This record gives sequence, structure tokens and C-alpha cells, in this order.
Amino acid sequence: MPADPRQTLPAHPVAAGASPTTEPVAVRVALIVVALAFLALFLVLPLVAVFAEAFRNGVDAYFASFDDPDTWSAVWLTLGVAAIAVPLNVVFGLAASWAVAKHDFRGKSLLVTLIDLPFSVSPVVSGMCYVLLFGAQGYFGHYLQSVGVQIIFAVPGLVLATIFVTFPFVARELIPLMQEQGVSEEEAALSLGAGGWRTFWSVTLPNVRWALLYGVLLCNARAMGEFGAVSVVSGHLRGQTNTVPLQVEILYNDYNFVAAFAVASLLAGLGLVTLVVKSALEWRYADQLASGRRH
Amino acid sequence: MHRRTFTRALTALVLAVPLAATAPGAFAQTTLTNVSYDPTRELYKEFNAAFAKSWKAETGEDIRVQVSHGGSGKQARSVIDGLNADVVTLALAADIDAIAKATGKLPADWQKRLPHNSSPYTSTIVFLVRKGNPKGVKDWNDLVKPDVQVITPNPKTSGGARWNYLAAWAYGREANGGDEAKAKAFVAELFKRVPVLDTGARGSTTTFAQRGLGDVLLAWENEAYLSLKEFGEDKFDIVFPSISILAEPPVAIVDGNVDKNGTRKAAEAYLKLLYAKEGQTIAAKNFYRPVSPDLADKADVDRFQKLKLVTIDGDFGGWGKAQSEHFGDGGTFDQIYKPN
Amino acid sequence: MTSSLDATYVAPAAPGAPPSRLKVRMSATPFRTPSAVPGFGLALGFTVLYMSLLVLIPLGAVVAWAASLGPTRLLAILTQTQTLNALKISFGISLAAAATNAVFGLLLAWVLTRYDFPGRRLVDAAVDLPFALPTAVAGIALAAIYAPNGWVGSLLPFKVAYTPLGIFVAMTFIGLPFVVRTVQPVLADVDRELEEASATLGAGRLTTVFRVVFPTLVPALLTGFALAFARAVGEYGSIIFIAGNIPNVSEIAPLLIITKLESFDYAGATAIATIMLAMSFVILLAVNLIEAWSRRRLGHAR
Repeated sequence: MPADPRQTLPAHPVAAGASPTTEPVAVRVALIVVALAFLALFLVLPLVAVFAEAFRNGVDAYFASFDDPDTWSAVWLTLGVAAIAVPLNVVFGLAASWAVAKHDFRGKSLLVTLIDLPFSVSPVVSGMCYVLLFGAQGYFGHYLQSVGVQIIFAVPGLVLATIFVTFPFVARELIPLMQEQGVSEEEAALSLGAGGWRTFWSVTLPNVRWALLYGVLLCNARAMGEFGAVSVVSGHLRGQTNTVPLQVEILYNDYNFVAAFAVASLLAGLGLVTLVVKSALEWRYADQLASGRRH
Repeated sequence: MHRRTFTRALTALVLAVPLAATAPGAFAQTTLTNVSYDPTRELYKEFNAAFAKSWKAETGEDIRVQVSHGGSGKQARSVIDGLNADVVTLALAADIDAIAKATGKLPADWQKRLPHNSSPYTSTIVFLVRKGNPKGVKDWNDLVKPDVQVITPNPKTSGGARWNYLAAWAYGREANGGDEAKAKAFVAELFKRVPVLDTGARGSTTTFAQRGLGDVLLAWENEAYLSLKEFGEDKFDIVFPSISILAEPPVAIVDGNVDKNGTRKAAEAYLKLLYAKEGQTIAAKNFYRPVSPDLADKADVDRFQKLKLVTIDGDFGGWGKAQSEHFGDGGTFDQIYKPN
Repeated sequence: MTSSLDATYVAPAAPGAPPSRLKVRMSATPFRTPSAVPGFGLALGFTVLYMSLLVLIPLGAVVAWAASLGPTRLLAILTQTQTLNALKISFGISLAAAATNAVFGLLLAWVLTRYDFPGRRLVDAAVDLPFALPTAVAGIALAAIYAPNGWVGSLLPFKVAYTPLGIFVAMTFIGLPFVVRTVQPVLADVDRELEEASATLGAGRLTTVFRVVFPTLVPALLTGFALAFARAVGEYGSIIFIAGNIPNVSEIAPLLIITKLESFDYAGATAIATIMLAMSFVILLAVNLIEAWSRRRLGHAR
């Protein structure tokens, strides 16, 4: 395994004797055990439960669960929604981090707070605000109906809600990193005669590429897994406006528990893949990822 | 090498997905959208197939019926907010009234357009208990015994829960010689024994059957029978109370939408078939009481017990009154949840 | 395009000059501190436009809808017992969950950065599970485990699922990574020489940890706590499956919003949503201020 670059000091083997800057072995073991027990109880067990329930009736039943056209259309829909929402948020994240990290202006803190806002807004509210705007009773409802455009309870509504909940993910990855990198490299490129776009493409972007990919991964995982916000704007039309998380709920309510957990395991699998790629990125390119990251 | 790897990875990610997304094309075919309530999933799954067959035989056209299920109130809200429903088949008339009032997409007297108050099938509220009825629940008054826990969805969002609530109210009123205040006290007492309020009838059934919570599930009769079928007859028993309510889940065409979608003919045929032999047979088979029992299979119809039933119009002054009095903001349901 | 970018071009700073970022505090009057890097207008313009269209205007619609009710009705809705209790439950349990996460998150961060044990990397990756696992899936799974007949629920002498404790479990689940991930990098950066110095001066290990190490972690811990809190307050998908949803007991504010929305009570829904929006904004502003403050205090070491 490659060395973890985040670890700034050599590892302390548990067997090592007492040192002034670490704890006695017994304390260490106790702390590790408590931490792991907490993690197992709250985080790992739910994941295990998803797979256990999905395979409850055996492998055949698991695969038979996917023999449902509605499930497949939910998968395609989810992929499609993410395919629109994620690139848009990538463009936004690049623009926002360029403005915030490479420049100084008044109201920056406010701007950063506003970028973060969708992250802490209740998903329920994120869905509802589009209903208030574009629903038949909403501010633009009459106009939309008169021109025959359907936003809520159709794909555009799902895309909007998904963009909203995944809005800060890419920007949040890029801003701290680009802030740390400063502007000296860009300034050098510019003084050598490179234009603005050229500087961006050949200096800034390569510097943040792994953080960008990392942001895309998280953004994508959330986009495909969002439930609350899309539930408000979906209308739950089978085979038409159900994303995968909504399909899980439907199957669950159809008394089709094995299928519900089987489809859920698809999402959990996606989450696991995200984690694996993310961890791999971290181990190899930790120095190129923002250290003070969060979501 | 980093650069190229990265560019490739990103390109693959960006390209793969939209290509995949275009795969399921929406090809030209008449589609009918039925927005329904929670427990009708199995009923309409079977009926939609029957309708598609009958429509094909009649017109030679293929038709696809799209359904959406959820708490009745929530579904009505979606239609009000613009969900493009051709027909609505909800749990109670008040929800369709709300659609008519808020959108004007169907006339105020929509319920008079089809026979039997626009309800092709009816149902009632029964008790589902654990096998052998360990708590000895026989009637409504057993529900307020100290050690009994009752499961019902939230009347604010679930249609079935509103029928549950009114059935309990009817019992409380009759047991107390018509005293409304005592009826309310009875219902309040009953809801003190409710540990979980799900948003829809299905959520409650799952809580009761799958999660093992509670001693009694207040359920649609069809939902209770279905639970026996889905989870096994050895798990639960159905208890029929001394008095219950005639639940009429109505169906209606949303005129404003069918005219826009050009689906009026199909929508009318769809509802007509619900009243015909196919619809009545499938309803009875799925444990809904058909309004024309002679059209359904006798064996299916014979499963239904004769019960003493109150009606919403006769005993609660119709849904217009009952909805605001009991389930509106500040109504009796809100009042019984005032903590003391 | 290029010409508009060139328009904002300013001569690069002399070598050795402090990064332009620091200049802002010296002269705060102009809207923007001159910088060599172009594209400010385009980037900020797009950022603000995109954000306004997709986030600010939609959220504004919620506020506008609530505002149109007038102060009297707004106040009447917000002071209803059920509303107050839902807000109390949401904020109270979120606070408890965030506090739990602060304690165990700190512990996990400590164990992961300071100790070596088999499977440490696996555990490190597992911390991010709640980011990756869809909330509805988490909710259904948690309900299955903590229900009276579930793996854990059947072992416990008290009820977890369908009680306020269930809400606590779900909120703890979704909030944990925030604390771990904000504390971890700061902890890794703590100068071990300080600890050695403290030990050499005769301080016991406990004293060193509490008087030397923990103070440097406080800003990160506060940030993580606030983020976990903010996320928990708004959470819906994972909670509804495991909470009992009983008014005044286990009904969270987001569920009350949904219930009101679904019974055509837009006024009530938007009123509660507005309060929650205001709260999330305040929390996030606080987080950003803490970060700015700690950046200034600790310097930009990295």
C-alpha cells in the first residue's frame, strides 16, 4: 500500500513503548475500540443491512429484482439527470472558485456563505421552492401552462432540484485549494504573455484537476442519491419521473422488500465505488487536494 | 501522464452518461396517466393490463397507462401543482373536491357524473391484529385499553387515515349516545396509543407487518386482506368491529387535462371499464367491494362480511364539512394533539 | 472574449510582493482589490447569475410567499404548539447529535491520525459512507436495524426506532463525517514538538492533550460541529423512516413542512421553511466567520 501522505509523522506501532507524545498502549487500544464500535454501530451496520436484505432470498432473487422495466427507466432517468446537473455544477464551481480564490473583493464572505447555503437548506425546502415558482399554483405557473411547458413533475424539475442540492460540492472542493495555491503561477504565465483562457486551461486547471475530479465524484454521488428534494417535484409517475431512490421507496411500499434493497444496493454500490476512487485519489494526490475540505 | 489520464477520465464520465440517458426513447403512443392513492397498487396493476387489452381490441391502438401512488392528500396536491393526470382515483371525495376548487379543471359537481357517487368500488375500515389476537381486540373500545398500541397513518396526508379517524369517531359517538365531545375524547384517547404516524397507508402496513410495531393496524379492508396474502395467513387475523364506515374512493376525469392531452376518449373508456365486468371482477379479486357484485366472481364477493356502516354524507354532513371540521388547520385532529 | 478578459488585466505584482489577497484589509474602499489575474468580471458574473437563477430566486420565492402572509399570520403559524415543538425537536436533537459527533468525531480523527492499526485506511474510507449512501437507503436500513425486531433493536432494552432516539441515530449517522473531516487535517498538522516541549516541561499526557493540542483544534471542531448541526436540522430522507412522526413528540420540522404542503397549506409550509432558511444562513455565516478568524489567528501555515 502506498504511504499515506497525510500522515506527517511516522506511524507509531501499537507495540512501541511509552513515549512522551503518545498514550499508554491500554489507552490507545481502548480509544481505538470505542471509535471503531461507534463507527460500526452507526455507519457500517446500515450498509451491511442493505446487502443482507438484498440477498435474503439468494442470488437468483437478487438478480430477478432487476427484471423490471420501471427499475431500468429509473436507472436511465437518474443517469440522465446527473448527466445534466453535474457538468453544470462543474462549470459553476470553476467560475465561482476562480472569482473567489483568485480575486479579492468586498462581500466575498457573503458570496461564499451563499454558495454553501444549498448544502444546509433542508432538501424538502429545495424541492418546495421550485414548486412555488413553477407549480401550477406558483408564481410562473399560469405562464408556463399557457405556453404548455411542464417543469415540475417532469425531468426539468428533477434536474433543477438535483442541481440545487449538489450546487456547492465542486466549488467547495476547489475554493480552499485554489486559495492555497495563490496566484503566483497564473501571474507568471500572464507575464510570459499567455492570455486569460490559456492561463486557465494550462496552469490553473491542471493544478486543481484531482480536486475537481474529487468534487465531481461527490457531486455525482449526491445527485444520484438525492431523495427528499426530488420526491417533492417528482409526481412519482412510474417509468417516467421516478429516480432510483424514489424507485426504492416505491418497491418498498409495494411489499417488494428484496427488490427494494436490491435496487438500494445499486446505490450503495455506487457509493462504495465513489469511496474507493476517492480514497485512491487521496492516497496518491493528497498534496493536490484541498486539506481543509468539507461538504 | 496525469493530465491525459485526467482528461480521459473526465471525458468518459461526461460522455457516457448522456448517451446512456437517450436510450429509452419516448415513442409515440397514447399514454393515460392515473394518479391514485396508496393501497391501489396491485388493483391498478392488474386493471391497467386489462384495460390496455380491451382498448386494443376496441380501437386497434396500443395504450400505456401510467400510474402514480402515494398518500391521497399528497397526490391531490401534486395534481393541483400541475401533475398532468388524465384520471384521478383517490381515497376520498374531499381530495378531488380540492383539485376542482383549486384548479377549476373539473366541475364542482364532478361526483354526480358517474354512478354510485363516482365510486366503482367501496371498502371499509377493519382491524388487523397479530395471529391469535393476543390482546383480545374485538371492537373499538378495546383499542383504548392501556396495553394496546394502535398503528394508523396521519390523517393530514393519508386518505385511509381519515376514514379510520371518522370510523373511530362514529363509534365514539354511538357509544356515548351521540355526544360529540365524548366522541372526540375517545378518538383522542385512541391516538394516544399511536406510536408511529406514517404519511400513507402503505407506510403504516409496513411498520405494523414488517417492523413488528403495534398490536392493531387500522386498515382498509382491502389492505388487511392483502397483508394476509403478502405476509402469510399465519401472521395476522382480521377483526371486524361492530361499526365501521362506508369508504367510497371516487374516480374522476380531470377535464382540463384530458382536453389538453387529447385523451378524453381513452379516459372515459378507462373509467367505464372500471364499472364493467372486467373492472368489477378485478376489484373484487383485489378485495375491494364492487358496487355491482353480480358482475364479479361470486367466490370473491362471498368473502366480504356484512357490517354495520355509517356514511360520510349521512353521518358527517359530507366531505366538505368533515374535511374542514376534522382535518383542516386547527380542526379536531390538531386539537387532540394539543399537549397538556 | 479575450478582449474582455484583457480589459481587467493589471500589471503583475513585483516579485516578492505579498499575495494580492492580503491587500484587501489595507484599503477596503474599492469593491475589488486590483489583481493581475484576469477574468474576474466573467467568473463573478456567471457565478452570481447561475446562483441567482438556481438558488437565490427559488429561495426568494419561499420567503416572498411567507412574507405575503403578513406578520400577524406568520407569527400565528410560527407560534402554534405543533410548529414550535417541531422546531424544538429538530433543533434540539440536531444539537445533541452534533455534540455526540463532536465527541466521537474528534475521537475518530484522533485514532485515525495518531494511531496505527490494521484496517486503518478502510476505517478512514468508511467515515465518508454517509456522504455516499443515499439518505432514503440509509433511513430504510437504519429503521430495519433499530426496529424492535431488528439486529440491534432486539438487543436493546429500550426502543430506538420510532422514538426521538431514532431521529438522533439518523442525525448522528449523517453528521459524523463533517466533524472527522474538518478535524483530521488540522490534527495532522499539529506540531509534535510542542507536545514534546510540554512533556519536557513536566506536563502529564492529559495536561498536554487538553492544554496544548485541543486548543488548536477548537476552530475546526466548532466548524465541524456547526456543519453537522446544519445538515441534521434540514435532514428529511433518512429520518422519516425511523422517526415515529408523532406531532409534538417525534415530528421534525421538515416533515411538518411536507405535511403542510401536502394538505394544501402553502402558507404554513413556507412560514416554517423561512425560519429554517434563516437559521441555516446564520449557521453557515458563523462557520465562515470561524474559519476566517482561525485563518487569521493561526496564519496560513499550509
